[in-house]
Amino acid sequence: MDVLLAVLSGFLLAPLAPWLDRRLGKRWGWMWALVPLGLLLFFLRFVPALARGEAFTRRLPWIPRLDVHLSFHLDGLSVLFALLISGIGVFIFLYAACYLEGHPHRGRFFLSLLGFMASMLGLVLADNAIALFVFWELTSLSSYLLIGFEHERERARSAALQALLVTGAGGLALLAGWLLLGQIGGGIELSQWRHQREQLIVHPHAEWALALILLGAFTKSAQFPFHFWLPNAMEAPTPVSAYLHSATMVKAGVYLLARLQPIFGGTELWNATIVPVGAVTLSLGALLAVRQREAKRLLAYSTVSALGVLTLLLGVGTPTAVMAAMVFLLAHALYKAALFLIAGIWDHEMGAREPERLAGLRRTMPITTAAAVLAAASLAGLPPSLGFLSKELFYEALRTAPRWPLLLLANAVLAGMALVAVAGLMGVRPFFGRGPIELQPRHEAPWPLWLGPSLLSLGGTISGLWPASLERMLLNPAITAVLGESVHTHLALWPGLNPVLLLSVLTIVGGIGMYAGRGIVRAPALPSVLARFAPSAAYASLLNGIYVLARLQTRVLQSGHLRYYLLTIIAWTVSIVGYPLVTRADGVALRRPAPEHVLDIGLALIIPLAALAAVRFTSRLAAIATLGVVGYAIALLYMIFGAPDLALTQFMVESLTVILFVLIFYHLPRFTTLSGRWARARDVVVSLLAGGMVSGLVLSILGMSPPDAISEYFVHKSVPEAHGRNVVNVILVDFRALDTLGEITVLALAGLGVYALMRLRVEE
Amino acid sequence: MKRRRLEHSSEVHLRNAPLPALEWERASVILGVAVRALLPLLLLFSIFLLLRGHHAPGGGFIGGLVAAAAVALYALAYGATAAQQLLRLSPRGLVAAGLATALASALVGPLTGAPFLTGRWMKVGRLELGTPLLFDVGVFLVVIGVTLWIVLTLAEE
Repeated sequence: MDVLLAVLSGFLLAPLAPWLDRRLGKRWGWMWALVPLGLLLFFLRFVPALARGEAFTRRLPWIPRLDVHLSFHLDGLSVLFALLISGIGVFIFLYAACYLEGHPHRGRFFLSLLGFMASMLGLVLADNAIALFVFWELTSLSSYLLIGFEHERERARSAALQALLVTGAGGLALLAGWLLLGQIGGGIELSQWRHQREQLIVHPHAEWALALILLGAFTKSAQFPFHFWLPNAMEAPTPVSAYLHSATMVKAGVYLLARLQPIFGGTELWNATIVPVGAVTLSLGALLAVRQREAKRLLAYSTVSALGVLTLLLGVGTPTAVMAAMVFLLAHALYKAALFLIAGIWDHEMGAREPERLAGLRRTMPITTAAAVLAAASLAGLPPSLGFLSKELFYEALRTAPRWPLLLLANAVLAGMALVAVAGLMGVRPFFGRGPIELQPRHEAPWPLWLGPSLLSLGGTISGLWPASLERMLLNPAITAVLGESVHTHLALWPGLNPVLLLSVLTIVGGIGMYAGRGIVRAPALPSVLARFAPSAAYASLLNGIYVLARLQTRVLQSGHLRYYLLTIIAWTVSIVGYPLVTRADGVALRRPAPEHVLDIGLALIIPLAALAAVRFTSRLAAIATLGVVGYAIALLYMIFGAPDLALTQFMVESLTVILFVLIFYHLPRFTTLSGRWARARDVVVSLLAGGMVSGLVLSILGMSPPDAISEYFVHKSVPEAHGRNVVNVILVDFRALDTLGEITVLALAGLGVYALMRLRVEE
Repeated sequence: MKRRRLEHSSEVHLRNAPLPALEWERASVILGVAVRALLPLLLLFSIFLLLRGHHAPGGGFIGGLVAAAAVALYALAYGATAAQQLLRLSPRGLVAAGLATALASALVGPLTGAPFLTGRWMKVGRLELGTPLLFDVGVFLVVIGVTLWIVLTLAEE
């Protein structure tokens, strides 16, 4: 199988998902997990070669003239991400099939989820910056659809819109940054930029490009001050939160930072921006997490914190920091996805997601309990989990950071304590805690629900116990890809007694204290002061400002009367076309047109007479009929002057217009004269001007010598290149088929609009 | 079962079985009878226009308009519901099918290693078949679908 096919398989399957899901039915829903499983096996095949230091590229020309290609680059970093996406995807698909069993739109859900998986794979594998951008925006779009999956709820809709606006705006900044970088470097392949570091970073525009790119990365990865969309995105069904909003999509920004490390790593702007942003996000997320009562929001804030950790580490950029980032990336994906899925189990089985409303679940849910304990241990950084290893490395990296080591360490330990408290809330309280047992489950969750969390959290523990092969096969190639040089690392569970271990102990002790005293952290005094200045408030007032502006301009411009719209459009056209016509044309060349035949003269008389009649009639039917005469006469003119395609179209449009009018007649009020004398005089003037303008335009065009290049080209190429002798049609369906594709899409949307308007009226 | 019934009913219109009731009191018998004769002719003509379009005046757009006008006339005579039954597919479905057909023809290029929308041709005997024709079929369907969508929505009221 080819990389291209692997990436696109999700897109190819997605449109079929609603139909396929109906065919699969209730019992075979787990079959969906086979798609990510196949992809996982496919990407695993690359691992041995990557461990030997090889890399793969695959390129398909897309828009060669603009240097845009579907080019994919498989190295340690991209394949690590691809394995996370497909591997966690297996459990998410399995889980979702069961979680949404019986939901009427499960097929639609899988449509979006498959689309997301494919775009995310494309994002991490793409080498071409424009292709990466396209996949980037596609993940935002599929995230929009998935957050708003339960679109009947207002909150889900606004959360989806918020996520789309924030990440979409960041995506546009990213595009601008890419283009700027492309201007500087003279190409838009990431692999090429990596070799141009010296040339790129000294350029005066490089900092602008980096700032724009960072804006994209920070919005996507929910960094302060753009973090607010992520907790709101928890309106999505739980498998989506686990997959997009903790394990994969929000890591796209982090992926981008890692990808750009060889280009911008170590520059002044890089360190000075990323390190503080990551540090603030890290502690803010952790502290806000403890304040939450609802499991998914709690996990969302702790995800914000984790994204801060990754950003901070990539900003520090030393080999230890990059290694810590890669280990943490893996550890976090494993335990956070598991915890989200466990929160989903509570919701699915008990209908409650507040850890403190649940108690004693261990008795009836032994497997879920075991999974939760292992995942929470990894979150808290307890040995022997992978989380412990990554926390040790994290502290070590900060301790040896080139700048502000003490400040960063203190900040990280504080955040670490809060995360230990979060782990207590997620992994201990609901299972071992005592309390009113009104929400007691009667049995363990069904297997597709517990399988994912168990295997993921078990994976986190096993890889903590025996990290050597993981390190050799996955982590080292990834670290090498980020740093651009090969590094040899050594992960060990027992690093010996050192200051970092002491910090770990301090974190855990402090965290237990914070868990016990969480009531104090939750005291609501703080936020009411800060709320007015919170980034989410800024978002809200910005959005509201746009609405106010839209309402204002609607009031000013939209009178609701068709006659004024027509008047405005016609008067405007006359003035902008007429003005240059009068001032700039080299005089109207009154070359005598050809009417010599009796038929021409007859038609030339019929058209104005019919138009005059249409104005004078006081019966609608008569007016329409005379307008029809005008139309048919013009079509005949087309016929005579050799444009049969145009004539045929005109005939059909005239006939259909009559039919539409006949249908509308029954809805119209009686014919009355509404306009006064002045209004009619004004209309006469505008009409005469419009007619005069068009006549003048036609005559002056006749006087010009036509630039013949393009029509000659079409006439000559029509038969040899497009196998057609009707040039008009060949242009429509071959030479300019892209325009036609756009036009029929617009046509379809227009039909949809008319339908919606009519239906809306009927319902009112 | 539904399909068979519809086939049967369209046959009914062409033979001398009883007409479906004229839905509007104002609809004329002349129109009803004329439509009965015109409908198959117009539909055939629309396909003729579609197929000859590449070499002679015609094409998907004009063909689509002719077909839509034919069904619209039918709707005028016998009402929107009868026209809807005649169509089998809903206008919305026609629009979707048309867009999908056009897109499919556009994707033949990338799937055979050429840019998007590249025309691909093959010879079947003396007949040349190519993706532009498929594209034109898509245009044809979209035009019929959109026109009838609007006409039937208006007529239903």
